[in-house]
Amino acid sequence: MGTTESLAYFLPELALSVAILAVISVDLALTGRADRRASEWPGIVALAGAGVALVLTLGLRPLVLGLLDDPMQAWLFNRMIVLDAFSVFFKVLLGLALLAVVWMSMSSREIRGQPNEGEYYALLLSSGLAMLLMASAGTLLMAYLSLEFVSLTSYVLTGFLRHNRRSGEAALKYLIYGGVASGAMIFGMSWVFGLTGAMDYAGIARGVAALDPGSRGALFLALVLVLAGFGYKIASVPFHMWAPDVYTGAPIPVTAFLAVGSKAAGFAMLLRFFHFGVGHDGVTAAAAAMPLPQLASVLCVATMTLGNLAALSQTNMKRLLAYSSIAHAGYALLGFVVFADRGVEALLFYLAVYYVMNLGAFWVVMLIANATGREDLEGYRGLAWRGGAAPALALGVFLFSLAGLPPLAGFIGKFNIFAAGVQAKLYALVVIGLVNSVISLYYYARVVKTMFLDLPAADDPAMRFTPSELGAVGVLSLATFVLGVNFNWLLRWVEVAGNVFRG
Amino acid sequence: MNADPLLTLMIVIPLLGMAVVLSLPSRAHDAIRWTATAFSVPPLLLAVRLLHSFRPDGGFQFVQQVKWIREFNIEYFVGVDGISITMIVLTALLCFICMIASFGIDKGVKGYYALFLLLETGMLGVFCALDFFLFFVFWELMLLPMYFLIGIWGGPRREYAAIKFFLYTLLGSVLMLVTILYLYFASDPHSFDMTRLSQTAHVPMNVQLVLWTALFIGFAIKIPAFPFHTWLPDAHVEAPTAISVILAGVLLKMGTYGILRVNYGILPAATLAPAWHGKSLAFWLLAALGTFNIVYGAVCAMAQADMKKLVAYSSISHMGYVMLGMAAFTPQGINGAVLQMFNHGTVTAMLFLLVGVIYDRAHHREIAGFGGLASIMPVYTGVTGLAFFAAMGLPGLSAFISEALVLLGAWQAYPALTVVGASAVVLTAGYLLWTLQRMFLGKPNEKYLTLPEINFRELCTLVPLGAIVVFLGVYPTPILNLQSPALLRLNDQVVQAAAQAAGTERVADAR
Repeated sequence: MGTTESLAYFLPELALSVAILAVISVDLALTGRADRRASEWPGIVALAGAGVALVLTLGLRPLVLGLLDDPMQAWLFNRMIVLDAFSVFFKVLLGLALLAVVWMSMSSREIRGQPNEGEYYALLLSSGLAMLLMASAGTLLMAYLSLEFVSLTSYVLTGFLRHNRRSGEAALKYLIYGGVASGAMIFGMSWVFGLTGAMDYAGIARGVAALDPGSRGALFLALVLVLAGFGYKIASVPFHMWAPDVYTGAPIPVTAFLAVGSKAAGFAMLLRFFHFGVGHDGVTAAAAAMPLPQLASVLCVATMTLGNLAALSQTNMKRLLAYSSIAHAGYALLGFVVFADRGVEALLFYLAVYYVMNLGAFWVVMLIANATGREDLEGYRGLAWRGGAAPALALGVFLFSLAGLPPLAGFIGKFNIFAAGVQAKLYALVVIGLVNSVISLYYYARVVKTMFLDLPAADDPAMRFTPSELGAVGVLSLATFVLGVNFNWLLRWVEVAGNVFRG
Repeated sequence: MNADPLLTLMIVIPLLGMAVVLSLPSRAHDAIRWTATAFSVPPLLLAVRLLHSFRPDGGFQFVQQVKWIREFNIEYFVGVDGISITMIVLTALLCFICMIASFGIDKGVKGYYALFLLLETGMLGVFCALDFFLFFVFWELMLLPMYFLIGIWGGPRREYAAIKFFLYTLLGSVLMLVTILYLYFASDPHSFDMTRLSQTAHVPMNVQLVLWTALFIGFAIKIPAFPFHTWLPDAHVEAPTAISVILAGVLLKMGTYGILRVNYGILPAATLAPAWHGKSLAFWLLAALGTFNIVYGAVCAMAQADMKKLVAYSSISHMGYVMLGMAAFTPQGINGAVLQMFNHGTVTAMLFLLVGVIYDRAHHREIAGFGGLASIMPVYTGVTGLAFFAAMGLPGLSAFISEALVLLGAWQAYPALTVVGASAVVLTAGYLLWTLQRMFLGKPNEKYLTLPEINFRELCTLVPLGAIVVFLGVYPTPILNLQSPALLRLNDQVVQAAAQAAGTERVADAR
């Protein structure tokens, strides 16, 4: 599809671009105004922008489902961007994440009232826009550009708390790790281009099929290098080192966005590249001859095990959730290892569920930080007995869901992943994954224990939460329950999205 | 099949009760207590109706089957047969009694009762579920309330005990989950239907043995069979009285129930795969662990200075009889095992309640710290005597019948082990009589001369259980009639399925 025709299918991204400009303009217009109400405007505009983008994405869905008969039409902007059920699934997920994070930022004490609040929202929306592009990148060029776009905005967002040294340190670490990872990735991409002579994924697939067997080693090396870039985005071992520091140092809404949005976008890219790019599920003989599934299995096991073991001893909630999110990337990677059969579907389902529960957990962490300024586990002592029963209950729901206990959503997510694993006869991986869930229960339960089982000390402050603060948390915990019991519809969604790869 | 929603009502009513309790103001302690107790009455009444209208024909009754998740062929599928009916009745009864026994709780009353009602839903669900997925959901649903009930309302080492219980049980259930998934994909068409999986799932023998072991470990943790028992003394001792009752009275039974329903019912060929002296590996394992449990539990109980710990270890010992009877796989043995599940539930409930009574008064449970209680609290002493004699297996009381049946059945299969198991009765009598002597006879402890006698509420919790113990000791026929057709059928099914499997394997070999 040509550039002009493509615009009609590019409305969510356009809406976000408009919103970014609007936020900057509003911020400019309001600079110097002293009254408090004025500082709320950038947030409101950003929220509206994210909302419109989400609605427009939902509007794309029927359009895309109609297009699917003829997959060629789904290529936009002269084959730069793919629009199909798979990218729409991610666009919806990322749109929801963006919306939630903007809402979260508006009620975060770290963000609210900062002198450069307008910049923050502009950056946040840009990051969201870039993630949408990541989800639908159809060529190496687009993939690299969008990934870098996300990274650059994330660096700045991480270091947004200018007077907080941890925030600055986190941003620097993120930048350095990111630089190395993206360097490795673009190096790998150049090899891929050199070996196959194509930039777009379909062309790469053809090139890989025609590759002479002698060059397979080179191709494998190139793919490993590319994997480094993706692994960095999804925080998979051994590219995870940035995550604990960055999650701890960044403002909480940004942490949530990285944990939920950035990871999902990374997985979108990973799946698409390794499918369309190299035909992971045995599409080409060359791909089948490479030990990619084995490599992915090793990454999967290492990621979940290391994430869980490291989380055991954490005393800072954000750091604990950082390691937990590494572990969850590991579970999700199990879906990637399976890939064919139901692996992709299970992975997509998992990401959707993960979005709900992890965002919820971060939201509660933010509420507590708003009320007490503390992020360490000590600050949660006896939370349920000093006015924080509602957030404590909600956090309990999210954490037990993360641990994978029924009847919560996280259980169904894991059930899907492990079912796909069993179906693909990857018993060892499944057992390791399940043992990991038992380990993870220990640290999740430790938080719950601190909130419910420990009694508050005399000097722990009492708290009050208004219903409006708790609204989002309530919605998310309700969703955690509902998705644990009634998930038929989501299964159908991911099936449609995963069908893209069946060709 | 009738579509009587009796079981569903039983499962849902406590959940409704939880919602109602949560909506009450948290300071209205009495209102919460009475509401929760009121919500545990309908399940009990329904259980009585169940007993009344249950036809002992070996099949499933009160079946309800509704599609739940179409994509995975998961069903909401509940039903009751002779194996589960006694367990359902026991659960409903003990829950009601424990609601009354919990009136003394005055910290976080609302949370306590809400969690308790949730626990009741989970327990009833486990015994009613016939869809493996549903079974697993209910199985896990019990974990959370239990964790909090031990962890918040328990004794001094409650946190350790709660997390230990939680992790042990979860480890068991993840093993179960792998098996469930394997069986699901091995069945054609893919299904979680527990009543048909033994026919629809085609699993090679060596894999069956692995699955059998995985399931067995999961259930053995719950029983708890040595060496997976170490969570029990901690959890049972630290838990508040009513929760100890539920743990020992109901949750332990889920282990043996699971083995019967799942290991025997779904993997019959592995259960009967011959290994040594004409007995299968599975039966040898069960029999050996059962006998070891009997002796080990009794010896440990004897060494305890804390009365609650003593009762906890006596549970390990008594659950050993259940395993031994199941391993015998003779009509007497298996009937005795299932009857012992019920009897142990009532007897151990009495014991834990009695421990609670004395603990509420003296604020400690050291056996050596008491003495001559018989003259201070004669009624209490009488009830304790009844419970102790029942636990000892005295003729005329319920546990005698079931233990005798177990030993009778086991004698035909494992004479040597049976001798060991039967001799352990002496140990049981030893620790119980010794405890009676130290606590109730002799010179009264000066400190406790003014201890008040057992009160009306406490008697209300104990008398019904005592009546059941006496009644079933004299006339166990009604309950045996309820369960034996189902057990016979299970027996037949296992033997047939195993023979069939052996047949197909022989055919395969011949080719």
